[in-house]
Parts: sequence; C-alpha cells; structure tokens
Amino acid sequence: MFQVISTYIRESQLWNSFFRHGPPRDRRTRVMVVMSNLFLHLHPVAVRRSGIRLSFTWCMGGLTFFLFIAETISGVLLMFYYRPVVEYAYSDIVQMRSALTLGIMREIHRWGAHAMIISIWLHMMRVFLTGSYKPPREFNWVVGVLLLVLTLLMSFTGYLLPWDQLAIWAITVGSKMAEATPFMGMNGPGRELLQLPGGIPLVTANSDAKFLLLAGASVGAPALLRFYVLHCIAIPLAVSVLIAVHFWRIRKDGGISGPM
Amino acid sequence: MVDQTGIMTMAETGSWVWTTLATAAGGTMLDGFKQFVNEWSVPQISLPLFFMPIFVLSIVLYRKWTKPIWFWPGLIVFTIVYFGFIFLDPSYAAILKKPDNVPISMMIYGTVFCLWMALRQAAKNDHSLETGQPLVEEGREDKVLCWPDLVYEELIAMVLCTALLIVWSVFLKAPLEAPANPAGPPNPSKAPWYFLGLQELLVYFDPWMAGVVLPGLIIVGLGALPFIDVNPKGNGYYTYKERKFAIWTFMFGFVILWVVLIVFGTFLRGPNWNFFGPFQPWDPHRVDKLTNINLSEIVYVQTLHRPMPESRLVREAPGLLFAAFWLFALPPLLAQIWPLFKRLRYQMGFARYYLMSFLFVVMMLVPVKMAARWLFNLKYIIAIPEINFNL
Ligand code: HEM
Repeated sequence: MFQVISTYIRESQLWNSFFRHGPPRDRRTRVMVVMSNLFLHLHPVAVRRSGIRLSFTWCMGGLTFFLFIAETISGVLLMFYYRPVVEYAYSDIVQMRSALTLGIMREIHRWGAHAMIISIWLHMMRVFLTGSYKPPREFNWVVGVLLLVLTLLMSFTGYLLPWDQLAIWAITVGSKMAEATPFMGMNGPGRELLQLPGGIPLVTANSDAKFLLLAGASVGAPALLRFYVLHCIAIPLAVSVLIAVHFWRIRKDGGISGPM
Repeated sequence: MVDQTGIMTMAETGSWVWTTLATAAGGTMLDGFKQFVNEWSVPQISLPLFFMPIFVLSIVLYRKWTKPIWFWPGLIVFTIVYFGFIFLDPSYAAILKKPDNVPISMMIYGTVFCLWMALRQAAKNDHSLETGQPLVEEGREDKVLCWPDLVYEELIAMVLCTALLIVWSVFLKAPLEAPANPAGPPNPSKAPWYFLGLQELLVYFDPWMAGVVLPGLIIVGLGALPFIDVNPKGNGYYTYKERKFAIWTFMFGFVILWVVLIVFGTFLRGPNWNFFGPFQPWDPHRVDKLTNINLSEIVYVQTLHRPMPESRLVREAPGLLFAAFWLFALPPLLAQIWPLFKRLRYQMGFARYYLMSFLFVVMMLVPVKMAARWLFNLKYIIAIPEINFNL
C-alpha cells in the first residue's frame, strides 16, 4: 500500500518538477543533489575531509550565516508590530512583550544578535589562527573585515529601536565619539582649520560627523528613523551582497584552506 | 520532569548548601578573600599581574596546558569558581545575572574554548613539523562528498544553535527599561557591550583617540593584515612555531585590548565609570579623586622646578618630541636594534614594514599610556586644549 502511494507520488509531474533525480543514495545522485539545488550549490560537490572537521572551522562562519538568517526572519516578524516614531516605538515594544502571538520573537532577535557578534569574532579568530587570510585568500579576508564592521553597525543601530533608557543613552555614548572626529567633529581636534573666510566655522553642531550619523545634534526622532532604515534595510542589504561575495570567493579561492 | 520551579528550588538548595559550607569554613576567610579580590582587581594590578601573565603563559606553555588532562579539569574548576560565587555574593550575582551581561560570559567561554582548540592543534602540528610527521590537516586529495558529510554537519550545527537560542530566549526575557528620557541619563551610561573596550579606553584617552582614531586603525590594520604578513608559512593549518610574531600581536590585541577591556567595562565599571571589584556593591555616591597631571607639568614643574612656560609650543615640547619619536623614530630604530624587526624589515620591504610598524607602535601606545597613568598619574602626553588636541 505504502509502496503504491510512494511510487504514485514519485512519478507525478508535481514531484518531478521539484526533484530532478532520485534520492541521494549513491555517488551520482549525491552529486546531483548539490548541483541541482541553488542553496546547496553554494557548496562545492566534494570537499577536503580535513577542511570540514569541526575542530578546524568550529563551524563559526556557518553559524554566523545561520544567525544572520535567524535575525532576518525574526526581524521581519518584529517589523510588523513596530513603528519607528518616538510616540509609538516604546509602547509598541511593550505591547510586543505582552502579545502572546509573538512569544519569544523579540528575545530570539536580541540574543541572536549578541550571539552573532560573538560568533563573527570567533570566526575571525579561527581564520587568523589557521593563517587562512594568506594568499590566495587576502581579498576574502578584506570582505570579511567589511562584514565585521557592518555587523557591528547593524547591532548598534538596532540597539536604539526599543527607545528606552538603555537604548538612547547607549547610542548617545556611542555617537558622542563622532563629535570628536578630527577635523569633522564639532569637538574634534583641528576643526578650526575648516573655516570660511571671515572666520565662519564650517564644522558646527549642525554640520559635523555626529550630525550625519544622528540627523540631529542629539539622539531624537530623526535619529530613530535613520537608525531604523539603516538597521532594517540598508545594512542588511549590504551584508547580504557581501556574504554572497564572501561565499563565492571561498569557492574561487579553492575552498576551505588547508596545507599546500 | 524539571520545570522552571524545579530549577529554582535546585538553585536554592545549592545556594543553601554553599552558604552553610562557606560559613562552616569560616565566613571571615571568605570575606577576607573577597576583599583581597576587590582590591586587586583594579586594572593597574589585575592587568599586569593577572591577565597578562595568564595570557603570556597560555601561549608560552601552549603544548602543556592544552592537553585534555590539564584543560578539562581546569575548565571545570574555573566554572565552579566563576558561577559558584553567584551563591556567595549578591553584588557578583547581580553582575553575572544581568540579562545583557550573559553574552559576556558566552564571550569568555567561547574565547577560552576556541583558543584551546586552536592551540591544541597548533601543539600537535608543531610537534609533527619537528618530527616530520603529517599535519592534522594533511591530505590534499582526501575528499568527501558535500552531501551527506558537510550538509549533515551544518544541519546539526543549525539544530544545536537553534536549541540554544530557544532555551536562552525562554529563560531570559529581553530587557526593557523605562521609556527614553533625554533629560535623565542613567549612571553609568554604557555603550553596547561590544564597544565597551573602547569606552574603557576613554579612561586613558580622549574621545578622538578612543572613539575615532583607534577603532579606525583597528579596521585599517585588520584589512591590511594579509598584505603585511608576508610569512608564507602557516597557511591553512594551526601552528604557533611558524608564525610567532603574528600570533603574539594579533592575540594580544584581541584577548587583552579587546576582550579583557570589555570584561572590565561591563562587569567592573559602575556609577561615574568608577571601578568596582566583583564583590563590591555599586555605590553611586563614591567619588574617586583624580589627581592626574600632564607630561608638561611633570617635566617643567616637578623635575626642573620651574614655572610652566608661557609659549604653547615650548610647554608641549616634551610631549610633541615624545610623540614624534614614538611614531616616526621608533619604527626605523626598531629595525636597527631589535633582531626580529631587523629581519622583518628585510623580509617585508620598505612600504610593508613601515605600515606594519606604524600600526604596531600605535597599538603599543595604548598599554604604554596605561602604564604611565598607573605609575606617574600621567594625564596627557600632549595637552593643547585650545584646539581640542590632547593625547
Ligand atoms: C557575516 C559575517 C560572515 C559570514 C556569514 C562568514 C561566513 C563564512 C563561512 C561560512 C566560511 C566557510 C568556512 C568557515 O565556516 O569557517 C567563511 C570563510 C572565511 N571567512 Fe568568513 N564570514 C563572515 C565574516 C568574516 C570575517 C569578519 C572575516 C575576517 C575578518 C572572514 C574571513 C573569512 C576567510 C578569509 C574565509 C576563508 C577561510 C578558509 O578558506 O579557510 N569572514 N566565512
């Protein structure tokens, strides 16, 4: 009975439009599985045994990627219930905490973000300690450094969104640094050098590096909107593109590194 | 079935057993110990006398302590002490149990564990290199199919990670404080934890250094790393012997100047960014006297017993000279007198060497300034507040 149904399904047009080959039980179909699936196709068909040992990569790059996906999914769910406006932001989070439908989604998103930062650091440490940034992988290391910076910025911009005391003061402390940028911050060394004739300063509270970051002289409504857009759209898009480059380059550089 | 209340009572029983034992062993001894730790955990003592020695020994003795017979018991003892004090001290418990501090514990464990795995394989490989045996990672042509080997591995990692994330999220609610109040900063105001190493540097440097120049150079330095490390060895396998300088420099930056400073910033910095030992309650009214003085004052007033010079340039001449020496004279000097740098200068060529050594001396400026603060109460090497230029 089971046989009949399973043969019926396997021979249906629907099934065959999904799967182009039999189950991955022998060498040929196992190769096919990886080649014919867009996502699995990120991998090479065959990999060095020593390269995929857990003790070599610690799977940290993979986990960073997985956490990025988990953040994307939980983040989209949170976006349905959150408005990046000073009047609503905080109360939306309060409601979110009590709304049963969302359950632990906010927790997943917050702790997942912390975990992603730890895993990206450990990934970098592993790549460093195996010397995997050496030729031919220099370029991919630089892509990685950009990913690191963007991941930290993604976390930083997200920190503001709950609009509670923790949020605005953490961002205030963080963005205070921009104020001290040499030449470009209103309290930075050398900003007097940038003056219009007649002694009109070019770098003021309303035109310095911090203003660029916060869209204001302090953390307020425009900063909330700016951080929201950066956090939900701009940085994740850039990260996605760079991850694609990163993965593509891993393969072009000859797969996971190993002794020559 | 262990439900949440079950865990609570277990923890309570544990705490009761602990306290009873501790009292039996003499509460005064414990208090003495706590006081000792509180006093000795200040950065000027614990960094040079505790964290640095551990870091140095962990690399120098990498072949010894990474043996499972040392590592696992060590990890267990560390865990018992690290979490045990939750039951013995309310201030410590408050720090460790704060939801936003849980990642710090994970970072500590992750770094220790990963460093162990890396150095253990490095020890094995270095032994193999000496005796001409194959490396752990050997086998260029030894390939397996991606399905099932790699895909299953990834699947398992994903499932475990999901499980951890769900458990974490069920037991710890994401914090939410009072609504934002632009007029009422909390004390202390802290940046997100992953930037607290930089915030800790604000004790020693002005924001333009701690918040802009140093992080900028970290990014530049990381990006430049593959281009300045010209050592062809150690590509694609764990080793220490073949790339000692690279490992010392990178790991000093990561472990000491990044991870340890984050631990200070999150666990041990309280109101007004004052330092509090792990067993010290955060007293918001404690006022720490700041008696730091500038290099110009040390030179002119304390050493030469003269009044401060009128001219800004003369006043700051000692600091300017020092900075010029440190940034521009030290790199070529090191290439002359330090055999290691002499060799690097020869191997790397002009541009690579000067980029590397510039980044190196700037990084070393951080511990040097810290030490000068602790030893001489040095505030600024160069202080020209007129143009916000204080170093
Ligand atoms: C969003 C962040 C990142 C993701 C998702 C990611 C993902 C990955 C994955 C899945 C691998 C395969 C091997 C492994 O898991 O270790 C890998 C390799 C690599 N990653 Fe990343 N990575 C990220 C950030 C970084 C950073 C911050 C660096 C360094 C600064 C870096 C440098 C490299 C290099 C050089 C390789 C090749 C290593 C080899 O062939 O052995 N990546 N990355």
